Amino acid sequence: MHKIWLIVQREYLSRVKKKSFLLMTFLVPILIIGMSVLAALIVSKQNEFGDVKKVEVVDESGAFINTLSNSNTLQFSFTTDGYAKAKSGFLKSGYDYLLYIPPSMTGVLLFSEKKASALTLQAIENRLSKIAQTQRMIASGIDTALLTKAQKPVSVDAKQISEEGEADAQTAAAYIVGFASAFLIYLSIFLYGVQVMRGVIEEKVSRIIEVIISSVKPFQLMMGKIIGIGMVGLTQFLLWIILSLVLSTFAGAAFLKSGGIKTEQVAQIQSGPEAAAAQSAANEGLGMVLQSLSSIPVGYTIGCFLFYFLLGYLLYSSIFAMIGSAVDNETETQQFMFPVTLPLIFTFILSMNFVIHNPDSALSVWLSMIPFTSPIAMMIRIPFGVPGWQLALSMLLMILGFLFTAWVAARIYRVGILMYGKKASYKELAKWFMYKE
Amino acid sequence: MISIRNIVKQYASHRALDDVSMEIEKGKIFGLLGPNGAGKTSLIRIINQITAPDSGEVLFNGQKLSQFHIGKIGYLPEERGLYKKMEIGEQVLYLAQLKGLSKSEASRRIKYWFGKMEISGWLNKKIEDLSKGMQQKVQFIATVLHEPELLILDEPFTGFDPVNADLIKNEILELNRKGATVIFSTHRMESVEELCDSIALLNLSHKILEGKVKDIRNSHRDGTYVLEYEGAKFSVNGNAPFTIVSETDMDGSTQLMLKLNDGSKINDVLQYMLPHVSINRLEEKVPTMNEIFIQTVSKPQ
Repeated sequence: MHKIWLIVQREYLSRVKKKSFLLMTFLVPILIIGMSVLAALIVSKQNEFGDVKKVEVVDESGAFINTLSNSNTLQFSFTTDGYAKAKSGFLKSGYDYLLYIPPSMTGVLLFSEKKASALTLQAIENRLSKIAQTQRMIASGIDTALLTKAQKPVSVDAKQISEEGEADAQTAAAYIVGFASAFLIYLSIFLYGVQVMRGVIEEKVSRIIEVIISSVKPFQLMMGKIIGIGMVGLTQFLLWIILSLVLSTFAGAAFLKSGGIKTEQVAQIQSGPEAAAAQSAANEGLGMVLQSLSSIPVGYTIGCFLFYFLLGYLLYSSIFAMIGSAVDNETETQQFMFPVTLPLIFTFILSMNFVIHNPDSALSVWLSMIPFTSPIAMMIRIPFGVPGWQLALSMLLMILGFLFTAWVAARIYRVGILMYGKKASYKELAKWFMYKE
Repeated sequence: MISIRNIVKQYASHRALDDVSMEIEKGKIFGLLGPNGAGKTSLIRIINQITAPDSGEVLFNGQKLSQFHIGKIGYLPEERGLYKKMEIGEQVLYLAQLKGLSKSEASRRIKYWFGKMEISGWLNKKIEDLSKGMQQKVQFIATVLHEPELLILDEPFTGFDPVNADLIKNEILELNRKGATVIFSTHRMESVEELCDSIALLNLSHKILEGKVKDIRNSHRDGTYVLEYEGAKFSVNGNAPFTIVSETDMDGSTQLMLKLNDGSKINDVLQYMLPHVSINRLEEKVPTMNEIFIQTVSKPQ
């Protein structure tokens, strides 16, 4: 045990003391915050940054001239010129689009020199449809006041019922927490698993391996390395969380000052009778998300996150250590990396697209039980509420899965680290696995 | 010190060691010889407990080899290597601690050894900043720092210039005088003759020769002598008590390599030659380890 501790210390300190560790630790949160601030700035000042498309409108129906208003990406100007004249002069007119609306409102055409973007087309379609619908309803004698009332959207509040009574379901918050923690686990398995692999290759290539394993058992070296780098990961995460909190407090304060402009922009984007309602709904929604975020059981979620982060990392980094031991340099790792990264990427994509929408489906439950997929899949499910027995079973399987993987990996590792110049195939690995001590 | 008994080591389709036994005496320098692929590295790895034999056992001072003995062995592998990006002082300290030395004791000895090897100024440098010879010195220090009872040195002189090779050789001899047993694996037979008390020769996974260097060389004597005389060339007739193996003209003298006939003595040779020539030199040609090595290994099994 004492020797494993020495190895853990070396692996940890030699990485934490590196300049690149400090650089990563401080740059990443600055970059993330910087990028999100930049993105928010761009969104809030879309008119300045974004491309405003100028649309020339020939409206033969006469239904849109007072109702079709500008948005922050589209600027409409109505022309009194005829369709034919506008069309022939379009290329020299300086407009991006020419919109032709025939009297019947059917067979509307959008001309442009380059292909119209799908988004623009959709935006124009939506606006025209809405206006046309209203126009038609008014034409058929419906009261506008009644119409506004009729178009008021319905909002649904999700509630959860349990023995203790009912509570808000906090779906949005669950979504955010699940997504974020699954993403972090996915990222860290790659980030630190690959570091384990590199460390093993380094020891093999520099030939120090033989000196070390004449002092400690290969298994001790492998576990020492995995634990040491895992602690580097935890340290880095901790520093990131602290730094991000500090930075976002400052950035948040700075951003709030420009909040007034933002509200105006929102108002501008939304037009028509539903604008005010929608805006207040949006504000309400945001407030609800923030409120519900704080209502997710923090200790429980962080506990689960740490468990799945650690066990997921331990399981995958054992495999990465095994791969590192089987090759002579990093370029050779490709053939072995693929089958490892494939289930990881598969789970990640499936989790983001399926599990997060169907956290209690049979597939989701299965994914959160299999040790290779459960760190990601289970973290998605946890904020939505997971039955105790499922969580316990998943954790138990995770621990067993890790022990089994580490055992297999160690058997191949102990042979692999002393093999040079032999091109390792899967058959070769199986042979190594069967070797006696 | 070390008893190796009936070791068998099998890799998938290849048997690296087949029923190999040998005794390594305490306080001696023992040469482990053999051509490439004979099984030397496999045997060394078994003594280091890097791998375990399929059958047979190794005794260390009469006890079955175990984790307890790791701190008593120092191993310098043929393929040297240290962490490239780690400071040398830290690195040697780490390796010494892995061998069971306390941090303070290790630091004290590092100071002593780096001073002795005249590389004290390099403690905070990284391995990648050092010359090859300098790296070898550091590696040697890492091998002996925990004052092992058994030193296993695989080609210890490669990578050293003659001056440093001599320095290392003297360190090895000094450690040996202080009581360390040395297992010395090399292909350079002249250093075997110079350093080793006894040897074992492995070939094709089997031990084919073992014993004291002196005894082995003596037992390989085949009655060949070198005789050098001055003056006119003398032609030997059929009555001579020897046959000529080779005859070389030197500047003004002749060198004969001769083999005694059965029943003849070296004095018979002198008696036969003395009336005719003036003899400068006569000595028995004891085969070198190099010759014995080549002869034994290339003998059809």
